[in-house]
Amino acid sequence: MTESTVLTMRGIDKSFLGVRVLRSVDLDVRPGEVHALVGENGAGKSTLMKILAGVHTADAGTITLGGRAVSFTHPLQAQHAGVATVFQEFNLLPDLSVAENIFLGREPRRRGMIDRRAMTKRTADLLSDLGVDDLAPGAKVGSLSVAHQQIAEIAKAMSQGADLVCMDEPTAALADAEVELLYRLVERLRERGVAVLYVSHRLREIFDLCDRITVLKDGELVDSVAAADITPDDLVTLMVGRRIEAAFPEPLPDTDHGDVRLEISGGGNAWLDGIDLTVRAGEIVGLAGLQGSGRTEIAEAVFGIAPFTRGTVAVDGRPVKLTGPRKAIAAGIAMVTEDRKAHGLALRQSVRANARMVLDANRRAHSRARVERIPSILSSLDLVARGPDQEVRYLSGGNQQKVVVAKWLATEPGVIVLDEPTRGIDVGAKHRLYTAIRALAAEGLAVLLIASELIEVIGLADRIAVLHDGRIAGELPAGATEKQVMAYATGRSPR
Amino acid sequence: MSRLRSAAAALAGGGTGTVFALLIAIFAVVAAVNPGFFEAPSLMAFLKQAAPLVILAAGQYFVIVSGNFDLSVGALVGAQVVIAARLIDGEESRTLPVIGLMLLFGAAVGLANGLITTALKVQSFITTLGMLLVLYGAIRLWTGGAPTGSLSESFREAGRMGIENVPLLGQIPWALLIMLALGAGAVQLMRTRFGRVLIATGDNELATARSGGRVDTVRTTAFVLSGLSATVAGILIGGFAGVSAQVGEGMEFTVITAVVLGGVVLGGGQGSVVAAMGGALTLEALFTLFNQLALPASLRPSVQGAIIIAAVAYAARQRRLTSRKPQREARPLTATPS
Repeated sequence: MTESTVLTMRGIDKSFLGVRVLRSVDLDVRPGEVHALVGENGAGKSTLMKILAGVHTADAGTITLGGRAVSFTHPLQAQHAGVATVFQEFNLLPDLSVAENIFLGREPRRRGMIDRRAMTKRTADLLSDLGVDDLAPGAKVGSLSVAHQQIAEIAKAMSQGADLVCMDEPTAALADAEVELLYRLVERLRERGVAVLYVSHRLREIFDLCDRITVLKDGELVDSVAAADITPDDLVTLMVGRRIEAAFPEPLPDTDHGDVRLEISGGGNAWLDGIDLTVRAGEIVGLAGLQGSGRTEIAEAVFGIAPFTRGTVAVDGRPVKLTGPRKAIAAGIAMVTEDRKAHGLALRQSVRANARMVLDANRRAHSRARVERIPSILSSLDLVARGPDQEVRYLSGGNQQKVVVAKWLATEPGVIVLDEPTRGIDVGAKHRLYTAIRALAAEGLAVLLIASELIEVIGLADRIAVLHDGRIAGELPAGATEKQVMAYATGRSPR
Repeated sequence: MSRLRSAAAALAGGGTGTVFALLIAIFAVVAAVNPGFFEAPSLMAFLKQAAPLVILAAGQYFVIVSGNFDLSVGALVGAQVVIAARLIDGEESRTLPVIGLMLLFGAAVGLANGLITTALKVQSFITTLGMLLVLYGAIRLWTGGAPTGSLSESFREAGRMGIENVPLLGQIPWALLIMLALGAGAVQLMRTRFGRVLIATGDNELATARSGGRVDTVRTTAFVLSGLSATVAGILIGGFAGVSAQVGEGMEFTVITAVVLGGVVLGGGQGSVVAAMGGALTLEALFTLFNQLALPASLRPSVQGAIIIAAVAYAARQRRLTSRKPQREARPLTATPS
């Protein structure tokens, strides 16, 4: 590296609880360049950015900023060293004005009092310098649009003399017009020689804005290339890479795709629009998409947690109003939630109490026969527990998830929604759940499977609906490649 | 044999058996100080006196295990006694209708507590503290400061009398029988679907709601049960001790002490109703011991306060130790089998 760099990271390693999320990653960012950091969910982008921001500390490796070796153990150290980070959640105080936020803790003073006029003036200068003319320094941050809050955050970074601004999915929550505003701001930063590290899933933005692109995959550096030297197609190939196929169980031989059990027509709400989706008996339909694309929102709409406000849903041909979990349960829908500790289990209750919770809570679902079937459901999932009286908090993640699955199977549902069913569980338990999912399909259930790990959706689903920006961008048959899925997921149509 | 063991385990209620060990230990000290305590008459007198607190503890248990508090029970006990005296006014014939009215009133107070807490999302601590003051003030207003009227003989029967001339035991107090019946009912209730949903609600409201549980309904019902238990306790206390302006004062703290002493965790989701009632017995036994040792009664509030703080500190420590969640980033991000 003979060229000057504002940031050099070498050999960055990071593990969480023994799981390697970054493996010897290198990154170079030059002054005044917009540098994209891309990769699938879980590739390690956010972790790398958080190490740079001082939120996490790397286990190994070196960071050099403007020629000085640095090591951050606290976000303030990163700020003082000239790294400003705009996270998806803002660090602004909503009840204070833009100016007060920007100068928080270092307000200009006159005779010991805060000099409001100077503060307002300096804020106005800062904003006009950034080419922003429609943001008043005195406006309360809480009343601003997301885009303007972002601008305030960036202005705050600039006022601290940052040489490097990191943005984590800055356009995720922006409307189209607001994205234009952000583009202009990034251009202005570039003109001023400030480097921007830009994390995004959206390929169009990356090619519009960025000079160079660094690709991460499974915590490792794949390549660092100039944006001009690569086509979007090749970039997707780099992101997905080639993988050894995981062993997913084959569909059971007696699995038939029968009648339509779940039918969503024109479903929409604040997050979703124009969702048309059918799942047949015996069919596993996968929902793929990047974070924030609306996968979980579909699951929550189907289960009545955040219902559809437009469109219709029918279960087994009968129209249903899914206005709450009780309605969904009555319609024969079950949902294994993403966060089993927060939404799935009463941790201090026994295995038995949790497994029969849905039956206990719903008179119409409750029957003696179903309660008596629970032990055999648990043992068919190979639950490892000291006994039915053991509190579930003492079980491993995988066994806890089996209890969650069991409590829904106890209701003999017709439709089961699995939202990240294998998150945070070990490989053995994962495989056991894959087999269980196949068995459910063979029994004639309609399965809606959501997973952020593409390979899981591809390995299990008979059909894949890919979401992008709250809409179904496309449907793919079984055997689709990761590249095809990623193409739809990043907002392009595959060729 | 295994049946016996599981019955014992159920009685102990998952780690709450300590309260019964404590009860036995206190009884042992009482017996050492005053060997005559375990003769039938004084034992029966003890149980008669303890019955109202045990019944209140069962009612309070429902509220606490669902994740709330009911601070209004002491004031409600007082209000019920005053209402009974004023409305009955010594007329035997009015006894039953007034008792009916009292039960309705107790249920209505519980319903108000429950609806304010669940529908208006006011913290139960504040709701029931407010209800305590409202009841207190309303009764003072209604009676003009001092309770008026008097209770009928048949009203006082339940708190004072019993089945007489039973071999060995002498008198079996009605209060004891009512306590046993209601206690058995409470244990049975916790084994129903209602009971299971109630305790799950206290443990994890969101998970219970997503399982289709009507969390607001069961929590409101718990308040109604607490209001009813305060009514029954009021009937027994009125019968036992008669009418005064001080009836019920401070009982909300005594009963919460009793419930946490039984190992029921404030915040909900853990503990058994048997242990809560055991906690009430234990607390009464402790106060009896204080009497035997001639310790001043003014010590009681301090002891209650110490017990509450110790129990909550213990529970908080338990929670910290067992539910320490890994950070969000700590999840294996890509653990694709490869």
